[in-house]
Amino acid sequence: MEKFSYVNATSLEQVTALLSDSGWGEVMLIAGGTDLLAELKEYVETPKTLINLKTLPGMDAIEADASGLKIGALATVADIARHPTIQQHYTVLAQAAGSVATPQIRNVGTLGGNLCQRPRCWYYRDENTHCLKKGGDICYAVDGLSKYHAILGGDPVYIVHPSDLAPALIALGASLKIVGPEGEKTMSLEEFFTLPAANPFRENVLEPNEIVVEVQVPPAKPNSKSFYLKAREKGAPDFALASVAAVFEMDGKTCKSASVVLGGVAPAPWRSKEAEAALTGKMVDDTVSKQAGADAVKDAQPLNDNAYKVTLTQNLISRAAMMATS
Amino acid sequence: MASWGEASESRLIGKRIPRLSGRDKVTGKAKYTFDINRPGMLYGRILRSEIAHANVVGVDLSEAEALPGVKAVIQIVEVGNKIRYQGQEIAAVAAETDDIAKDAIRLIHVDLEELPHVVTEADAMAEDAPQIRDDWAGNQSNPNVREEGDLEGGFAQAAVEVEATYHAPVQTHVCLETHGNVAEWEDEQNLTVWASTQGVFGVRNDLAGSFNLPANQVRVITEHMGGGFGSKFGPGVEGRRVAELARITGRPVKLMLTRKAEHLVAGNRPSMTQHVRAGATGDGRLIAYDMKGHGTGGISSGAGFQAPYVYDVPNLRTERVNVAVNVGNQRAMRAPGHPQGAFAMDSLMDELAEKLGMNPLEFRRINDPSEVRQAQYTLGAQEIGWHRRNSVPGAGTGVKKRGMGVGSGQWGGGGGRGTQARVTINSDGTVEAVTGTQDIGTGIRTAIAIIVAEEFGLAPTDIMVTVGDSGPGLPSGGSGGSQTTASVAPVIKTAAAAAKQKLFERIAPQLNAPVGDLRVGNRTIYVVSDRTKTIKWELATGQLGMDSISEGGEWDEELRQGGVAGTQFAEVEVDTEIGEVRVIKIVAVQDCGLAINRLTTESQINGGVIMGLGQALLEERLMDALTGRMLNANLEDYKVPGTFEIPEIKSIVFDTHRKVTGIGEPPCIPTPGAIANAVYNAIGVRVRELPITPDKILTALAEKKA
Ligand SMILES: Cc1cc2nc3c(=O)[nH]c(=O)nc-3n(C[C@@H](O)[C@@H](O)[C@H](O)COP(=O)(O)OP(=O)(O)OC[C@H]3O[C@@H](n4cnc5c(N)ncnc54)[C@H](O)[C@@H]3O)c2cc1C
Ligand code: SF4
Repeated sequence: MEKFSYVNATSLEQVTALLSDSGWGEVMLIAGGTDLLAELKEYVETPKTLINLKTLPGMDAIEADASGLKIGALATVADIARHPTIQQHYTVLAQAAGSVATPQIRNVGTLGGNLCQRPRCWYYRDENTHCLKKGGDICYAVDGLSKYHAILGGDPVYIVHPSDLAPALIALGASLKIVGPEGEKTMSLEEFFTLPAANPFRENVLEPNEIVVEVQVPPAKPNSKSFYLKAREKGAPDFALASVAAVFEMDGKTCKSASVVLGGVAPAPWRSKEAEAALTGKMVDDTVSKQAGADAVKDAQPLNDNAYKVTLTQNLISRAAMMATS
Repeated sequence: MASWGEASESRLIGKRIPRLSGRDKVTGKAKYTFDINRPGMLYGRILRSEIAHANVVGVDLSEAEALPGVKAVIQIVEVGNKIRYQGQEIAAVAAETDDIAKDAIRLIHVDLEELPHVVTEADAMAEDAPQIRDDWAGNQSNPNVREEGDLEGGFAQAAVEVEATYHAPVQTHVCLETHGNVAEWEDEQNLTVWASTQGVFGVRNDLAGSFNLPANQVRVITEHMGGGFGSKFGPGVEGRRVAELARITGRPVKLMLTRKAEHLVAGNRPSMTQHVRAGATGDGRLIAYDMKGHGTGGISSGAGFQAPYVYDVPNLRTERVNVAVNVGNQRAMRAPGHPQGAFAMDSLMDELAEKLGMNPLEFRRINDPSEVRQAQYTLGAQEIGWHRRNSVPGAGTGVKKRGMGVGSGQWGGGGGRGTQARVTINSDGTVEAVTGTQDIGTGIRTAIAIIVAEEFGLAPTDIMVTVGDSGPGLPSGGSGGSQTTASVAPVIKTAAAAAKQKLFERIAPQLNAPVGDLRVGNRTIYVVSDRTKTIKWELATGQLGMDSISEGGEWDEELRQGGVAGTQFAEVEVDTEIGEVRVIKIVAVQDCGLAINRLTTESQINGGVIMGLGQALLEERLMDALTGRMLNANLEDYKVPGTFEIPEIKSIVFDTHRKVTGIGEPPCIPTPGAIANAVYNAIGVRVRELPITPDKILTALAEKKA
């Protein structure tokens, strides 16, 4: 990696002041470093300054009460996975956290880093390949090897968003607290992520001088059931070939409301309005769940090597729906 | 005539004895080459080409040389040379720290004139492909054709025929300890190298030649080794260059390959594509086999594979070519040519059996000439519960479907001459065994201790074993071809026997008995005809004083034998909705002659099965046609089995005879075929390309439905 100076964060004001005006890449935030270090070592990022967020006090707390959940950006993935309330009432989130990487990485990787992590695309991670996402002319995945790439929302950049926590949190209706030089703002996590058509270079709307500080999750609805299903080639560590975060409000076998968010198939966590519509208000059975899966992928546009993801996603959705009935 | 004696007479040989270095390894105390740090040591790094095919137009080292902390920079390619694959060495540096070395190689400016590359076999074989080797017409070698019997006559007798194409991609070795060395010159004439190698003497001789030194002035040490699988014989470019860097700087230098370089240049298992047409008679005899195939070993050749394999075919024609691509060269990899050949052959056997309406095991019994495997089929089938398999493939109900399959393999492993060993009895009662073989993880250190301890009535932990050092000047061959134990064991055994004989000769007069009547056991030498005459081991050896006994060993044909057979049964569960294949159980029945140490033999089988499972389900080198670069030169996207993938493995050491045979390689051979057949049995659709990943399962199932 290139040389950089290293600053321990003392306050959010200090952090945003250090970040301001530098644009992307000059000054960077580091939390657990499980994603960023690999980028530094591969010279994909070459910041001049790193700000260590881990020294910010209190930002790793997880609070659970009647008003819902508040998770600090520095809470580790392991903290989330083993939190008893999350396990019990926000199962999809605990399951998603438990599916991340390996115990070692979960122990140091943070929530903020998980949401802001960069693409795993093998062209992107190769210093020598200057693809569209890095300001080059073409997306190499289009004619190249695209087994792990997007089937939905791709054009013109076919990365998939790698986060497992994001789909789960979006399915739970989470919002995000961000602090910038002008102060604090809260937005829905769903709107935080963007598609390449809007901005091929970034995966979210965070500005270079902003920092994610907290995720808030509304209280779990009674009678809700939630699941995180993640398909992968290998037990661990492995990113999702496709994943489904699903939260259902059930009345017996009838689905009163459904929240279905996909991971591993699009450049951003992908809410499937089609699957939700196909399930909401229905008695869920084999036919209905299959229909939900089929509807979810009807607009899929696979590349050369990833058509299998269409079937896979479809099957994961119907499996999740059927699980809600039992 | 020398022999290993009967099983009933053995106290240690053939028992399950924990590896002597086990504790050191799991506690991190064991020193691998990576762990060697010498006083004043510098760090070496190699600059490699990221371009797959190019002319070298210029190399400028000056900026790197000027970087503070850089002690030496050497150029490896010359202007006018050709770069022929990604990863090819351009220059090397030695610096005070690894970080400086890493910075320094980025300051070397290389001017390359890019040439059109081909990195996939499809591109290389295309009509208008750029030619990348000067010595071949096109990118394919001359076909190698073999003909036996009467092919058309054979097909005329066939009641059923199968025509299919099987493919196995390039796999890399993924040695957990990457290739590398620490080199240190004592003076201008004496070089010591700590090497991560499978052959300390091979490395010694190569380096002695490179630096024009008498061989005994180069000492190579490999105390522990983190995996080689056939890729770690010579010192390689990195070994010769690190010695050069150490010589120039007058300081020790460590240079280990990066994980990326390990994938790119440290060898790989060639790919295999075979298009086969085969026929069997109505009564189940394989009668005709026609195969046209190719594979790539990178820019070199060497893409051989076994076809047909194991089973008898009287009438055949095979034709194969090597395809050259701008990618790093192949090297021997655990049973070269066998696992991929076995996968294709065992898949084909099942396809033929199905057309005949025959149980695939029955069909094998008819065509398999090996008596050992015939017996193994029975044992393995019992262990896995073969009767439980789907008689109609894909017949199971539900989303998760189970199936079973079988695969076979064979290997040599008989060892050979070329090992020298010495067994020493010291006056304090300690016993040393020294030989120049190396323990590459297979447990030869422990095997040597067992053999010597058996001879002296001691415990394996009583024996001080020195291997992995060329210093004592007792050569042994490289650990390849599953030859180590069979090559070393006879020599150790005869050395120990000779030393014992010498000790008995000294002690016999005191015991007033003929030498031939002396025995040793339980740390006591006694007279077999009069058990009251005894002398404690330490008392006996104490009389040696400065005059310790030290005897060499001799090669003895009678103590070893080549040729092993193996068969494996797999049970898998396939999730038909998400395409995941989970291996439930592997039964591996492996003949290995006399297992010196049953425990490490079982470990070896377990390891082979896991490696075979990786080939079956996960591993594939992915080359990008456009950029000419490997896309998964890491351990994230090049996936090897982890704990979640490892099934119940029932390793059965199948006793055949009491002569030593090696089995380092063969246990990985039958696994991919057994798993592929089990997948078919589970879902009723055949995947003819490895690795069998979810995308292939889902695509195959979709095609079946359509
Ligand atoms: C082998 C391996 C396997 C993995 N598998 C998975 C997986 O299965 N699922 C999965 O979801 N992830 C996986 N990951 C990604 C893993 O890095 C994340 O899960 C982890 O949570 C990242 O957190 P971190 O704190 O280490 O991030 P860092 O590396 O510290 O940061 C990541 C990025 O986020 C930015 N950032 C960090 N914190 C903030 C903040 N508070 N505000 C704004 N920006 C911030 C950083 O600047 C950086 O760009 C894997 C990683 C590895 C190396
Ligand atoms: S998917 Fe994105 S990151 Fe990958 S090659 Fe295309 S543009 Fe680059």
